[in-house]
Amino acid sequence: MASVSHPRILVFSTTNISDPGIDLAGSRHLHYPASVFTLSVPCSSAVRPGWIVDALEHGFDGVFVAADGDECALLADCNQRTARLVSLAQAQLTELGIAPQRVTMAALCSVCAEPFVNHMREFSAKLAALDPAVHAA
Amino acid sequence: MTQKRRIGVFICHCGGNISDYVDVAAVREAVSDMGEVAFAETSMFACSDGTQQDMIRRIEEENLDGLVVASCSPKLHLTTFRGVSRRAGLNPFQYTQVNIREQCSWAHTDDRVGATQKATGLVRGAVARTAQSSALVPLPVETTPASLVVGGGVTGLRAAIGLADLGLDVHLVERAEQLGGQVASLGATFPDQREGRAMIDELLSELDARAHIAVHTESTITAKSGSFGNYDVTLQGPNGQSVTTRVGSIVVATGAASYVPEPGEFGFGLAGVVTLEDFTRGIESHAGRLHFRGQPVRTVVYVYCVGSRQENGNEYCSKYCCSAAVHASVEAADLDPAVRQYHLYRDIRTYGRHELSYEASRRRGSVYLKYADDDPPVVEMGEGGRLRVLTTDRLTESTPLQIDADVVVLVTGLVPQQNAELTSLLHLPLGSDGFYSEIHPKLRPVETVVDGVLIAGTCQAPKTISESVASGLAAVTQSGAMLMRGVAELDPQVAVVDHDACTWCGACAAVCPYEAISHQVISARDVAVIDPTVCKGCGGCVSYCEAGAIDLLGNTDAQVRALIENLVEVRA
Ligand SMILES: Cc1cc2nc3c(=O)[nH]c(=O)nc-3n(C[C@H](O)[C@H](O)[C@H](O)COP(=O)(O)OP(=O)(O)OC[C@H]3O[C@@H](n4cnc5c(N)ncnc54)[C@H](O)[C@@H]3O)c2cc1C
Ligand code: SF4
Ligand code: SF4
Repeated sequence: MASVSHPRILVFSTTNISDPGIDLAGSRHLHYPASVFTLSVPCSSAVRPGWIVDALEHGFDGVFVAADGDECALLADCNQRTARLVSLAQAQLTELGIAPQRVTMAALCSVCAEPFVNHMREFSAKLAALDPAVHAA
Repeated sequence: MTQKRRIGVFICHCGGNISDYVDVAAVREAVSDMGEVAFAETSMFACSDGTQQDMIRRIEEENLDGLVVASCSPKLHLTTFRGVSRRAGLNPFQYTQVNIREQCSWAHTDDRVGATQKATGLVRGAVARTAQSSALVPLPVETTPASLVVGGGVTGLRAAIGLADLGLDVHLVERAEQLGGQVASLGATFPDQREGRAMIDELLSELDARAHIAVHTESTITAKSGSFGNYDVTLQGPNGQSVTTRVGSIVVATGAASYVPEPGEFGFGLAGVVTLEDFTRGIESHAGRLHFRGQPVRTVVYVYCVGSRQENGNEYCSKYCCSAAVHASVEAADLDPAVRQYHLYRDIRTYGRHELSYEASRRRGSVYLKYADDDPPVVEMGEGGRLRVLTTDRLTESTPLQIDADVVVLVTGLVPQQNAELTSLLHLPLGSDGFYSEIHPKLRPVETVVDGVLIAGTCQAPKTISESVASGLAAVTQSGAMLMRGVAELDPQVAVVDHDACTWCGACAAVCPYEAISHQVISARDVAVIDPTVCKGCGGCVSYCEAGAIDLLGNTDAQVRALIENLVEVRA
């Protein structure tokens, strides 16, 4: 497997909305840490809370859910739905002794190149300040 | 699946776009040892004809049941490589595209080691995901060769004619008494001076010449059922009578409304303060002098951006209004060359050819004064019943100017129609600005997420007549593409319920906005069933199922977990 530097972030991104924004960041050569990985889903509300937990138990230090915001063509209330599943994941993490701040969500649009890069820098810094062990001792 | 999967991996150099920043040979090495990988190769351009031929040959020879191509964004080549798979006899849904260009090499040009590790993780994850994929088959549905057009404005009229010319039966519903929409009440329109009414009359005679168009005025849609290709819609007419008809596609062309200023907004309500719409309809020349509603006019002041580009209101630009106001001033000057016209604007957006009208307007003596966003003009009633406008021109000096005017024209923008019932009936997606939103503004500009329901004209966003008609014709083409073959294919990547795990708690049915989920009894058990022709594959229901019984095909729990668990190694 790839030995990637820390902190490692898994981004749940949506095919039609945030993926183009993240693509744009790359097309413009805006740098963000190479320890950020993106996984596409049709709508941010399709993420299972268990996937977030799974990521943190399989080598990631943080999970960022890029919500569709008001742009989602599939679900008008996908922001509320996404917020709900993020809090479900956080509850599961707390039970497992994993800091809930390792999961965060923010709206990213299809041209949100700079905002994405800024989010990644800020979230990396926040994660770096946490105890490197994902599970509290 | 008991037999081990056989997956082929192609890693693209993209000339040097990828290989300059990612060690593609190292990535190939690092994935070759995965059990499911039949072979891994690098190629200079994966999308080139030669490589595509090569891929087809290798898929056949190696008897692959999975394909991974690590190259650019799926936005560019997902369809290309799905096509390659199909031609090689591999199910296209057993193909996975990995984005190692936009989301890797180009984003990490400063970190070759990091980018190579990331690309390795992404490709390994994709192999693991592909190993969990299953063959999916698009659902064929027979379609009805008929369309419903909602809204009889210029967009809907032109679309109805186009649909009829394709040989489709057309139903045109208009809630007003008369067809024609906004354009019917316009005088001379930009850019070619054509009277709005004349344009509509021409379309109406074209409409009359076609037997396959049924027009329903003073009518609305009251019910819709069925799914793509076969929607049953109920139309209710003026006397409460209703008809139900089956159509294959629905073109929504319900237009927009003119912004109505608040009382007191730039003096709205004072005698002589009118909207652009009223102004263009009320001007004429008597004995070579400009008159508005029968009264002589010597000075006209236009105030731009009324109701548009407001920080806490309609944030968008209404697009047609600068050109329409500039054009109106040319009209007015042609009626009476001595009339004085002042344009108080924020920015003049007479884009494209409309710039020529701006030039023409200035040549005819119009004076343009730019006001600051935070210092808008003040319109009040002066002495002797004449209007008084106070403004400051940002471009010349900061001295306040006073202009006495006979008419103040508020250049109002467009706002979304009030159409809550239609919106919820057709499940039309609304943007935050209140207009309907398409799937993709560039690549799928008239399709909505509801298959077979298309949007066109100003119900999508403010547009000019030619832009509105162009989108109406795009909706015609899309309808034709969907309905002319008689059968259509639906995306198979929908949600499915594992009936053994389902306890019929009803949670999923309650949260599906498309009403795709129903209760059924299967093998004496109460279970949820998802109609694949109605499901949009959003996955919104998945996390509501406490039994974990719902899976989204193409993004199943097994696929996503396999991907996640193979991206990076776990910290020792
Ligand atoms: C003052 C003004 C001046 C303009 N001048 C110009 C110009 O000079 N040049 C130019 O290119 N453009 C101009 N425009 C823009 C132009 O009017 C629009 O581009 C055009 O009207 C869009 O046509 P449409 O058919 O999409 O919408 P509309 O013209 O708004 O028609 C929509 C129709 O749908 C009907 N409808 C709505 N809801 C329902 C429902 N639920 N059921 C059934 N029917 C429904 C409405 O009654 C209406 O008839 C101007 C606009 C304004 C406001
Ligand atoms: S939420 Fe799950 S258990 Fe409940 S009805 Fe739907 S599929 Fe069945
Ligand atoms: S995936 Fe979306 S459309 Fe399909 S059943 Fe679930 S909520 Fe409804």
